[in-house]
Amino acid sequence: MASTPDYSWPPMDQRKVIGQRFKRLDGPQKSSGRAKYSSDTNPKGLLFGIYLTSPHAHARVTSIDTSAAEKMPGVKAVHVAAPAGTELQWQGFEIAAVAATTEELARDAVRAIKVEYEVLPHLVREDDLSKAGSRAKAAGEKVTGDPDKAFQDAEAVSEGQYGIPVITHCCLEPHGQVIQWQGDQVVAWPSTQDVTRWGPDLATNLKVPATNIKVSMDYIGGGFGSKFAPDAWGEVAARLSQKAGGAPIKLYLDRATEQLIAGNRPSAFAKIRVAGNKDGTVTAWHSESWATGGLTGGGSPPLPYVLSEIPNQRLTHTAVSVNAGPNRAWRAPNNQQASYLTCSALDDFAAKVGMDPADVFAKNFALAPKERIETYRYQLQKALELSEWKKFWKPRGQSAGPIKRGLGIGYSAWGGLGHQSQCRTTINPDGSVLVEIGTQDLGTGTRTIITQVAAETLGLPMNAVKVVIGNNSLPPDSASGGSTTVGGVSASTRKASVNALAKLLEAAGPSLLGPQANTATRTEPGADTGYAELLEAVEGRIQVKGVPSQSLTWEAACRKMGTGKISETGANNPRQPGGLIAQGAAGVQIADVSVDPETGVVRVNRYVAVQDCGLVVNPRLAESQVYGAVIMGISTALFEQRIMDQRTGRMLNPDMEFYKLAGIGDIGEIVVHMDIRPENDKRGVIGLGEPPAVAICAAIGNAVTNAVGVRVPNMPMTPRHVLNALAGRIA
Amino acid sequence: MLEKPAEAAPAPAGVVGPAAVPVTLNINGKPMNLTIEPRVTLLDALRNHLDLTGAKRVCDRGTCGACTVILDGKTVYSCSVLAIDAQGKNIETIEGLAPAGSLHPVSAAFWNNDAQQCGYCTPGFVMACKGFLDEHPNPSMEEVEHGLGGNLCRCGTYMGVRRAVLEAAQQMKGGARG
Repeated sequence: MASTPDYSWPPMDQRKVIGQRFKRLDGPQKSSGRAKYSSDTNPKGLLFGIYLTSPHAHARVTSIDTSAAEKMPGVKAVHVAAPAGTELQWQGFEIAAVAATTEELARDAVRAIKVEYEVLPHLVREDDLSKAGSRAKAAGEKVTGDPDKAFQDAEAVSEGQYGIPVITHCCLEPHGQVIQWQGDQVVAWPSTQDVTRWGPDLATNLKVPATNIKVSMDYIGGGFGSKFAPDAWGEVAARLSQKAGGAPIKLYLDRATEQLIAGNRPSAFAKIRVAGNKDGTVTAWHSESWATGGLTGGGSPPLPYVLSEIPNQRLTHTAVSVNAGPNRAWRAPNNQQASYLTCSALDDFAAKVGMDPADVFAKNFALAPKERIETYRYQLQKALELSEWKKFWKPRGQSAGPIKRGLGIGYSAWGGLGHQSQCRTTINPDGSVLVEIGTQDLGTGTRTIITQVAAETLGLPMNAVKVVIGNNSLPPDSASGGSTTVGGVSASTRKASVNALAKLLEAAGPSLLGPQANTATRTEPGADTGYAELLEAVEGRIQVKGVPSQSLTWEAACRKMGTGKISETGANNPRQPGGLIAQGAAGVQIADVSVDPETGVVRVNRYVAVQDCGLVVNPRLAESQVYGAVIMGISTALFEQRIMDQRTGRMLNPDMEFYKLAGIGDIGEIVVHMDIRPENDKRGVIGLGEPPAVAICAAIGNAVTNAVGVRVPNMPMTPRHVLNALAGRIA
Repeated sequence: MLEKPAEAAPAPAGVVGPAAVPVTLNINGKPMNLTIEPRVTLLDALRNHLDLTGAKRVCDRGTCGACTVILDGKTVYSCSVLAIDAQGKNIETIEGLAPAGSLHPVSAAFWNNDAQQCGYCTPGFVMACKGFLDEHPNPSMEEVEHGLGGNLCRCGTYMGVRRAVLEAAQQMKGGARG
């Protein structure tokens, strides 16, 4: 058609399927145990792959002897990843892998590999910058305005030192894949956040044409930013398969290795000074931050978080290289750290000037990017109401009784938009509809969202649309990262489905309007025909716009297309989002906690999350995203920490017993308020994976501090950290 | 050095292995025969040898509950039970909860309350919930939080799980205390 079709969303009050609280479509599969994850794949002739990894934080392999392992019963292949001479830079570094007929035999064989090491000096901790020596690299200074003068002239200055540690992704399904390499054909079942690009990435490493790599994944057991690329183990498993004569190999990391090398969130520490007026207005910021993201340093939080318009700023950052597993994107990279550091410093400034932090946060939202100021103020107001702040908040340390209660505020910001995505919508002459995208559902509800968008667009019920995702023979999608999936797939699905519907309306048009009606009544000059503009799809019918009496059933309309089928594509181009999707989601959260100052134990009483969003395709699933993000955040704020031992260079808790995750009894009562208002809806779809996951450490840290009366500077809020702060000990 | 090489003590009666031995497991009412080494856990026997993959291997050390099954009516972590020790016992896995095409009330309640995201912890949670409700047909929320404290979720689905347990209790028994 010559004119661009109208892809815009139907008005909020006219939507039939979008905006409804449908249950997730794959729920029955998951809750019955029938969902097959890639780690559940057991093809015929399967061999089990097991890694040998470095026990040292820093060492060189001086010799490796696999001969005994190769001769062991059941062993079909041995691959050396770190030959003699290789420098191992962290505990868990991959040295060799074995494939055998059972997992037990593969483990025996791994134990029979003889490796000799030259142990080298290591650094595994960064919390005390003075001990980092040459491993600390200054990353420059940034100055805005005249911070020295502003601090000199200030009516009040607060200062503090805050720290948020390295934590691990701890995906329940470990990283890995089942893979089979026969000749120049590779078939893979990985656990990945990027079904489309996994194959091409692996192709480069294996030197196999990308077109020969088949990738399938129906379900993934958690990724959170750590499962994009095929990784070293994708290639190693493929090579084991090749050496074993093309047998399929299952190679997933064991839990300890998963915790050591398969992803972590960088730490962040900072000395921060805040200057301002006695009325609570911040005028200057000075931060000296440091962090580690592993060997390459990394992890530079965007300070001061959101309050980018503070007129006078001095920022320095130091990256510390440590001998520990490399960081990966962790659900809103660098934002949790920045939110924690900034909100802590702002809360301390409020205490310094003797004000309610709610007033200080509200006032200083004036220093946020202009377009977000009112959103933050509105959300703060809402969060204050829902948390009953006025009733329960008391100045720092004034909670009465043996158990201290405290409230604290945190805020968040995130981008979104939509990743590159292509969708194909096929309408068959029997009326059945197939929607195909090479995307993945991380548990966010992507399958359900795609179905809702297609059903809405085609005027059909949910069960009339079949959606297929999860393999790389489908139209290409992109990685699920940065909260871009819902934007990408909803836009591509909308466009493909509008395009397919237009073709169907053309086919059905003559029956409803007569053969000449199209040219006689068309209003748009340049349009090839007018049927698509004169007809609509409503509640399982194709009808003349607004005239239900002039209609065909969906099935009757589809029969008009003859024996062929309609198959149309639609794409989301991130550079031209075209009004369907948007970016920029703010949020304000308030924690209400109880602290026992005798034991240092922190309990969450209530947690309020007010979350900005755009057009919400499915409020049930959107709320689940916010609940989930908050619960994960509570876990990080109360329990999670990668504990490193500088003496041995080892992680002390590479497991799930001492690397603590919150359980069902640890989370208190959570109140989620989705900010669904027409002015937000008209922005379009915005991803929600990351925005609500940012502010929890900030809110809980401030709440604990409010309860006990002194700043508890270091996350997580464990009894040790709380008691140290109460005793005036730094650590 | 000893003058005479030590001889291995004779194996006490009833000791088998270390080579693979025949094992019979009674799973969801059906006897299943397999040949496995005595060191194989019940979890690995299910997943690697019987293609019963509902139970998941996550921590593999008795902490997270993703591998939960019911053994003679008792909820256990199948990563911490040897398959040979499970012989002669009634093993219930999630595969036996409901016939194909239908959902057990606990599974249905998990779906209804969106008590799942990635879903990897879900089968273990469902089995733990089933075992819990068998013993506590009318649980209070406090009992739920205690009774299901041995199952960990990374996506953060506990709000849905709380609601699901109470709904399932009502469905299975009628009338849950608040």
